[in-house]
Amino acid sequence: MSDTASTDTETGVDEKSRRDFLYVSTAAVGAVGSAIAVWPFIDQMNPAADTLALSSTEVNLDAIEVGQSITVVWRGKPVFIRHRTPEEIAAAKKDDTADLIDPETDASRTQKPEWLIMVGVCTHLGCIPLGQKTSEPRGDFGGWFCPCHGSHYDTSGRIRKGPAPKNLHIPTYTFLNDTSVKIG
Amino acid sequence: MSKQFKNPVLNWIEYRLPIFSFIDDSVGSGYPTPKNLNYWWNFGSLAGFVLVIMIASGIVLAMHYTAHVDYAFNSIERIMRDVNYGWLIRYIHMNGGSMFFIVVYIHLLRGMYYGSYKAPRELLWIIGVFILLAMMATAFMGYVLPWGQMSFWGATVITNLFSAIPIVGDSIVTLLWGGFSVDNPTLNRFFSLHYLMPFVIVGLVVVHLWALHEHKSNNPLGVDIKGEQDLIPFHPYFTSKDLYGMAVFMMFFMFFVFFAPNFFGEPDNYIPANPLATPPHIVPEWYFLPYYAILRAFTKDFFLYWPVAWLITAKLAGVIAMFSSILLLLLLPWLDGSKVRSSKFRPYYAMAFWVFVIDCLVLGYVGGKPAEGTFIVIGQIATAYYFAHLVIIIPLVSRLERPKPIPESISAAVTAAHAKQAGE
Repeated sequence: MSDTASTDTETGVDEKSRRDFLYVSTAAVGAVGSAIAVWPFIDQMNPAADTLALSSTEVNLDAIEVGQSITVVWRGKPVFIRHRTPEEIAAAKKDDTADLIDPETDASRTQKPEWLIMVGVCTHLGCIPLGQKTSEPRGDFGGWFCPCHGSHYDTSGRIRKGPAPKNLHIPTYTFLNDTSVKIG
Repeated sequence: MSKQFKNPVLNWIEYRLPIFSFIDDSVGSGYPTPKNLNYWWNFGSLAGFVLVIMIASGIVLAMHYTAHVDYAFNSIERIMRDVNYGWLIRYIHMNGGSMFFIVVYIHLLRGMYYGSYKAPRELLWIIGVFILLAMMATAFMGYVLPWGQMSFWGATVITNLFSAIPIVGDSIVTLLWGGFSVDNPTLNRFFSLHYLMPFVIVGLVVVHLWALHEHKSNNPLGVDIKGEQDLIPFHPYFTSKDLYGMAVFMMFFMFFVFFAPNFFGEPDNYIPANPLATPPHIVPEWYFLPYYAILRAFTKDFFLYWPVAWLITAKLAGVIAMFSSILLLLLLPWLDGSKVRSSKFRPYYAMAFWVFVIDCLVLGYVGGKPAEGTFIVIGQIATAYYFAHLVIIIPLVSRLERPKPIPESISAAVTAAHAKQAGE
């Protein structure tokens, strides 16, 4: 051992860094490989192909009178479709300039002002707000009221009071013609 | 240290697998225990006992349960009406959940009162907090399985908590659901995980006991074990005491199973889940109410929210506060700076402890009430006190308080008490 001690010290640094390089690169390849192997086990939890396939709904608007609302199911969630009265549209437009929690104009939330189409899920913790039926409470702003934690939405579905952070979500939708709409 | 038996078969086994000495050293005459343990020390073994009951009844229920949105509710009703003794086994499992939390909360408060979390038992305490978290996850997912209204809407509200996380929140919620709302994929995975988690708890309990056996149980005086004179063997002294406690506990447990099986439940959960109608008043199970109160306390006008209002929404602040209310317990061994463990010698800490217990009860009460009017204000005050207790009161009191003189040893204290009694 003592004979080779001097050569060891000369080449020692190189040997050591070569070893380190092998260690680090082996560990790196192992870590990347493990991460790739883990991904399918995480991604399997995401929506499956058949769940994604059910992602659009067509609705006939013919039978909805002015001042009436209907609830349709889209992706397992309720979608509120409201045929708004002129007073509701006026109130919504007037409040565009009010002190809003999540500022949005009424025009940006509708394609046709008389049709308000939005996901009927409270943006706080996912309850269904009341206000679709005439017998239900509409909250302080004449729109919808979530009974779970007391969020008040206005006639444009904007959050005005309570713990919810966002306005009721607007899904993507297209009018196929004057009386039917495709959601999703 | 292998044992010698008269029976050659036992000797044959012991020589190859020293299982008998392992059992004896764990819960037998080979495990020395402080001789002054009081009845509050029964709740650890009681918790283990309830865990076994829950696993046994749960495995049996899984033989009759169907994890599908169209069949789950009816399969539970079938267990209740048609399966032999199904009603009994389900009521044991249902009430067993509540019993588990009663026992574990008492066990946890025992640890807080007698300072069992202090050195050298910090990891023992931390593992215990992890067991509590695992229990909560298990209980939450189990409550979803009957697919009643509270199951569905409880699952919706709790999974939606994750949507408060900035940027990735909605993707995480979709991942948890396996769809765009709580639906069949969600029910399936909750059943799978509900079956898995109890075994994770068993694993954590093994580690918990391993850490416990290293430095032995704390004791009501909180002083270290000085020698043999402070100890008695676990068997027969504490095996018999634990069995007595179990008998008393079983009377309490079985009272609910037989005479008030739905006392802890919500009537709304006997209505099948309806994704299009939210029950007017969503409440979690009683053991989650204090955390639910903390979650709901965070509104725009809550003063604890103001310092972070520029950064995060009130909803996210509530979610963070709710999780911190438990995670802060992990730091308790360091938040408490006192060298003395037991509250017997820490009068001010003891007072703070009892106020904290009352505060938790107030939070539980408020959590079960609708979020309106004075309940919001009471909930906010109680929430503020909860955090003040952990991060202000404990650190200050433990460092400023002058503790009463502590006895030299367990046996010295016992001898002194006897001498005093004899003198009177």
